Amino acid sequence: MLRYILKRLVFAIPTLFAVSIIAFIIIQLPPGDYLTTLMADWASQGGAVEAGTVAAMRERYGLDQPIYYQYYKWIWGILTAGDFGISFELGKPVTELIWNRLGFSLLLSLLTLCFVWAIAIPIGILSAVRQYSISDYTATFLAFFFLAVPDFLMALSAMYVMSAWFGQSVGGLFSPDYVDAGWSFGKLVDFARHVWLPVVVIGLGSLAALVRIMRANLLDELSKPYVTTARAKGMSELELLIRYPVRLALNPLISTLGWILPAVISGEIIVSVVMSLPTTGPLLLRALLAQDMYLAGSLILLISVLTIIGTLISDILLALTDPRIRFQ
Amino acid sequence: MSMNPNMSQETILKVEDLKTYFPMRTGIFKAVDGVSFELKRGKTLCVVGESGSGKSVTARSILQIVDRPGRIEGGSILLTRADGSVSDLARLDARGKDIRSVRGKEIAMIFQEPMSSLSPVHRIGTQIGEALRIHFGIRGNEQRERVLALLRQVEIPRPETAIDRYTFEFSGGMRQRVMIAMALACNPQVLIADEPTTALDVTTQAEILDLIKKLQQSHGMAVLFITHDMGVVAEIADEVLVMYRGKVMERGPVEQIFHAPQDDYTRRLIGSVVKLEKKAEVRLTRAAISAEAAPLLDVKNLSLTFPSGLKAVDDVSLIVRPGETLGIVGESGSGKTTMGRCLLRVYDPQAGAIDFRRPDGHTVDIRTADKAELKDIRREVRMIFQDPVGSLSPRKNVGQIIAEPLKLAGVKGRELEDRVCELMQQVGLEPAWRERYPHAFSGGQRQRIGIARAIAVKPRLIVADEATSALDVSLRSQMLDLMMKLQDELGLSYVFISHDMSVIRYMCDRVAVMYRGRIVEAGDTDQVVNHPQHDYTRALLSAIPHPDPRERRIHKRFRYDPARTVSANG
Repeated sequence: MLRYILKRLVFAIPTLFAVSIIAFIIIQLPPGDYLTTLMADWASQGGAVEAGTVAAMRERYGLDQPIYYQYYKWIWGILTAGDFGISFELGKPVTELIWNRLGFSLLLSLLTLCFVWAIAIPIGILSAVRQYSISDYTATFLAFFFLAVPDFLMALSAMYVMSAWFGQSVGGLFSPDYVDAGWSFGKLVDFARHVWLPVVVIGLGSLAALVRIMRANLLDELSKPYVTTARAKGMSELELLIRYPVRLALNPLISTLGWILPAVISGEIIVSVVMSLPTTGPLLLRALLAQDMYLAGSLILLISVLTIIGTLISDILLALTDPRIRFQ
Repeated sequence: MSMNPNMSQETILKVEDLKTYFPMRTGIFKAVDGVSFELKRGKTLCVVGESGSGKSVTARSILQIVDRPGRIEGGSILLTRADGSVSDLARLDARGKDIRSVRGKEIAMIFQEPMSSLSPVHRIGTQIGEALRIHFGIRGNEQRERVLALLRQVEIPRPETAIDRYTFEFSGGMRQRVMIAMALACNPQVLIADEPTTALDVTTQAEILDLIKKLQQSHGMAVLFITHDMGVVAEIADEVLVMYRGKVMERGPVEQIFHAPQDDYTRRLIGSVVKLEKKAEVRLTRAAISAEAAPLLDVKNLSLTFPSGLKAVDDVSLIVRPGETLGIVGESGSGKTTMGRCLLRVYDPQAGAIDFRRPDGHTVDIRTADKAELKDIRREVRMIFQDPVGSLSPRKNVGQIIAEPLKLAGVKGRELEDRVCELMQQVGLEPAWRERYPHAFSGGQRQRIGIARAIAVKPRLIVADEATSALDVSLRSQMLDLMMKLQDELGLSYVFISHDMSVIRYMCDRVAVMYRGRIVEAGDTDQVVNHPQHDYTRALLSAIPHPDPRERRIHKRFRYDPARTVSANG
């Protein structure tokens, strides 16, 4: 088991390396750099810029170096000193800007995952056990409906409904009173009252996939001979269902964790912008628009790392729950 | 036996006029249609029949575990308990408490596929102990002790470690022992065994049959044993129930069924079994194939080691002469299928030579042949597979399937059409059926399609891998007869791979016995079958159930101990 985990960890290293390179390349893809954007901004404000100033700034930011050197400087800083570089636009170290937001992103994603699983598994079981019944069709229809509605639309309508009809304060993860306050019980309650809406909005989008996976897995398992064996032992139908087919149908679901996590995170970006949540989503969007190289690169890198960690966790969980994988 | 002779005649289960129907879109399918029988304490009733005869549904009806949409439509299943109380299982609610207290406790069941019938993610101790928890509330250490005792009863080695293992860590025979331990957990009065040995090798089958017999005697159980293998019936049955299309054709003592069958169907069934007990008549009258003839295929010292380190084929040498059938017999894992595939270079053997004589007389080593040569050779060496369903594309009609190798050989238009019709006639299929798809054919007909495809390009050698294993016994001899007819018409040679000695004896001229990748014995079929030289061959032959209840012999079988032989051989 330990060997299995170690092997997975070793495999994760080249993946991380590849991801960091791709992240850096993506950021370099659009023509120009941060200074071009900056010049355009200044020009639109009527300011004239001397060519010398631009060259000086380019040198100061290291933008005159070849791209592989810029990558090397960036990744070396991260690896040796945990230094992700400086955000050009905000003039602050990247680390200072993102840790707080990254924490909220992670929390939001985890809550969303829990929510989706908690809803999808029972619905999937119901759909499979009562295949082709009204409840099966209803669940399937709703799941696909939420899959089809774009995230931002769902976020907007949810916000409208909550604030116009129920008078709740929407947007953000806290009420204005608590935003800058330290953590307290009151703040936690306030957080809970705000966080459920984005969780539901992001979660409903991924619901359909999981419900269908659970349903299909379980339908496969229900007709397996070991179900008949357990029935012939005298087990009650409900115990049988939970103990055998559902238990086995969960295994493939666990391996979906690896791709549900990125789906949730990318869904979170759009929803966070609409609902103005203090997560990495809005920051990433702004960094990309401004071609703020190190900030955007660091965000993409960290989000990818989270995804790889998610996949790793799902691999380990799968090995824990399925002896066939453990013994391979 | 210490049992009271009166006790042994006691009827435990009485099934009368049982009807189990499956409502289908096209009407009602009567899977079980008016079946009656009795199970007596300490006795074995065998239910025999071909696939689809309703024998399995009959067994499942007793415990009301028939798959949906099947349901019991009529009849009674009377269970008499030790205290004299009687209940009619047919009237109980299939999901109710009453039938659940019978399942596993009074009537237990074991199934055909011990791998898929056990959960792969639960430890075997848990799965066995469950019945104890459900029926007696036994948990924890006491449960563990009871499970260990059960594992000892079914003779699983090292029960203390085995109890915490998973099914995939066991061999097929051990898995079936786990199933039996599970069934015995609550000391049932009746054991229903649904083809428990079909998926096992003959030597393992013999072990399991012995075990069931032993446990039946020590527990005084009534056994309902479902099988399609008449040899097994003859070895173990007291009484026999012959089923055909949901109806009972004949019921009686095993002696009567085999030696004085009353019903036509039974007679035909016994006939087709007995037919396979000796060499085919067409082969008895045929002149022997000259040993001097230049071999068509000459395999020398062939070896294949898989990347896992498994030596699947280990220094195998054999020859096939023109017009000859060479049988390869062995148990699962002996490497016979891998060896057969090497002959067509499906796998790449690491060492040795496969010399194949081309029509012009020169020989080519298939092992080292280049791509173009291999393409030509594959037209002359064809393969027939075991699974007649999986080896035919469901999206092509039969005409297209048979035409495929012809098209690859460049046959077109009118000629192609004529050739397909001719081939279909040759294998006993109506040419008018060529527009139909494989699913519209029965298992035997599908295998004929496979044969037609194999002989389409006039091959000279056919490698048949368990070609008749998936077929019912009555179809098996028909298929073998067809293959021999084609052999005589087209001058074919066969490499016939099978685990079934009777099939080998029926049609093969010579046979090679494989064991763990090696050929342990080879020779004329009569010689090997009647005077086996190697201990493994003797063990294999003596474990084959003999379809004559007057001569029960597998419990007296010869056991092969490879450890001893290996050390003897140095």
